[in-house]
Amino acid sequence: MNSLHGRGRTRWKTALGLALTALMLFPVYWMLNVSLTRDQDMRKSPPDLLPLNGTLAGYRTVLGEQLPYLGTSLVIGLGTVALTVALSAPAGYALAKLRPRGGGVLGFLFLVAQMIPGIIMAMGFYAIYLQLGLLQSVPGLIVADSTLAVPFAVLIFTAFMSGIPRELLQAAQMDGAGPWRTFRAIVLPMSRNAVVTVSLFAFLWSWSDFVFASTLVNGGAHEPITLGIYHYIGNNNQEWNAIMATAVVASLPAAVILVLAQRYVAAGVTAGAVKD
Amino acid sequence: MNRTTHPPGGRPVLDRSGAVTAAPLPARTPSRRRPRPRSQQWAAWAFLAPVTLYLALFYAYPLYRNLDLSLRNYTVRSFVQGDAPFTGLKNYETVFQDPAFGPALVHTVVFTAVCLVFQYVIGLALAVFFHQHFRLSATLRALFLVPWLLPLIVSASTWSWMLNSDSGIVNAALHAIGIGPVNWLTSPSWSLTSVIIANIWIGVPFNLVVLYSGLQSIPSSLYEAAALDGAGAWRRFRSVTFPLLRPVSAITLLLGLVYTLKVFDIIWIMTKGGPADSSTTFATWSYQLGFGNLLPAFGPGAAVGNLLVVAALVFGLVYLRVQRKQALA
Repeated sequence: MNSLHGRGRTRWKTALGLALTALMLFPVYWMLNVSLTRDQDMRKSPPDLLPLNGTLAGYRTVLGEQLPYLGTSLVIGLGTVALTVALSAPAGYALAKLRPRGGGVLGFLFLVAQMIPGIIMAMGFYAIYLQLGLLQSVPGLIVADSTLAVPFAVLIFTAFMSGIPRELLQAAQMDGAGPWRTFRAIVLPMSRNAVVTVSLFAFLWSWSDFVFASTLVNGGAHEPITLGIYHYIGNNNQEWNAIMATAVVASLPAAVILVLAQRYVAAGVTAGAVKD
Repeated sequence: MNRTTHPPGGRPVLDRSGAVTAAPLPARTPSRRRPRPRSQQWAAWAFLAPVTLYLALFYAYPLYRNLDLSLRNYTVRSFVQGDAPFTGLKNYETVFQDPAFGPALVHTVVFTAVCLVFQYVIGLALAVFFHQHFRLSATLRALFLVPWLLPLIVSASTWSWMLNSDSGIVNAALHAIGIGPVNWLTSPSWSLTSVIIANIWIGVPFNLVVLYSGLQSIPSSLYEAAALDGAGAWRRFRSVTFPLLRPVSAITLLLGLVYTLKVFDIIWIMTKGGPADSSTTFATWSYQLGFGNLLPAFGPGAAVGNLLVVAALVFGLVYLRVQRKQALA
């Protein structure tokens, strides 16, 4: 083959790929750039393309004001992950391997559940929480946020666990293990990849949730970072460096997840293809 | 093949692309149904009990409450006391007769259709491009996921600042090529365009990833055969790629439709549906009625929301049908 010609062509493609990626990621770069811009340069026309006179003032403000919000989001995120995995892993096992009568209907309901707009769920939750006194509570928000992830999680677990060889489970059964032991000792450890994928998405979605936060815990003592940013924009549309610094910090989990667990992310997008 | 694969004796792993395709429903998996022992039925439902209860309490009940909200005349007081009078379809009538109904419908349709078309076309073009072999291809493709992973509040506030009339980078760039400033977010004729642009940016990665995984399942021998027959790149795309990608495209577009229909965060954060309702869709209108005012109109808000549920479910069922047909094919 004409390798010289080929190499020239792939180099050209790499260049085009880099250019397209740069174009796509420009808003992300811009967020970083603005987060480092000094107040007096914020309204400059045209704006500085590089943070040459960079300042960390925005980040100082974040650390001063937004830490409690970040902490709340972390707690809510971890709570949502725990609840989601605890509910959906056994369900996935049952649907994939124990095949109960009526399981198909349940699986269907989970597909449908993903189609319901978040804003509708929020209204229903508001009405219920108002009566139960659960508004502005962290557990309340964890439960609401878990509805974003549970249907997706059940489907992922079901798909993944159907791939576990039946012989393995039968061997365990021969050794006298009941369904619960089989699940704990064999199915769950083998499903590590699914657990990781589900946890990533459950965390990311609850971390990013704005609809439930703004309807269910708005004005309370424990607000997540999405509300932190939202209030910040509302009360203060001058200090865009601080707003963008908060945005950068709020994006960190996404960045970390992308770097550390890229293939799980790709798996999740194609698998459930669900985002609220 | 994007199926979960098991190396002999090993644990099931995701394949190279890390993809598990849409989860098979138990009902669809070819069931070699021997009647299962009764004890196993019990065990199965013991495992399913928590999630079934959860489904009833946290999906069915909120939906029921929402339906109930839309059929009663709620005020803040009756909301707390729970003694709102039943008014039948009155709230729906109010909503249909509201002068905001027509524009909200048009905005929802335009927003959804335009976002969908651009996300798909751009996503497909990128998927085809990244499907070729060149250095950094996989890394760059991964970076494309960033917009999809960012919290929507982050994307929305970043776009708000980029589209700022006086100090935004977009207007600065337009100025550089001799185009006057556009009031992206503050002019009624541009606000819808602005939120559409931001939402397309967020949706492209999803289309890219799903269509890319579809491209991977097209056998390369087909391309070789087409090339031998003298088909050029465009011809190969038209006669091989596009037809074979049709099932994946259908799923991508339908899911995109269902998700775009309920987009709320982006619009609310960037424009609050304004100015003067110029970017109001059903999703933001519903929120506006229920939570956006000092005096909430829960009933009408819930009514608008339920219309949205119906629309989402209709397309959702179409999605399921298409998926099922493909699973059988």
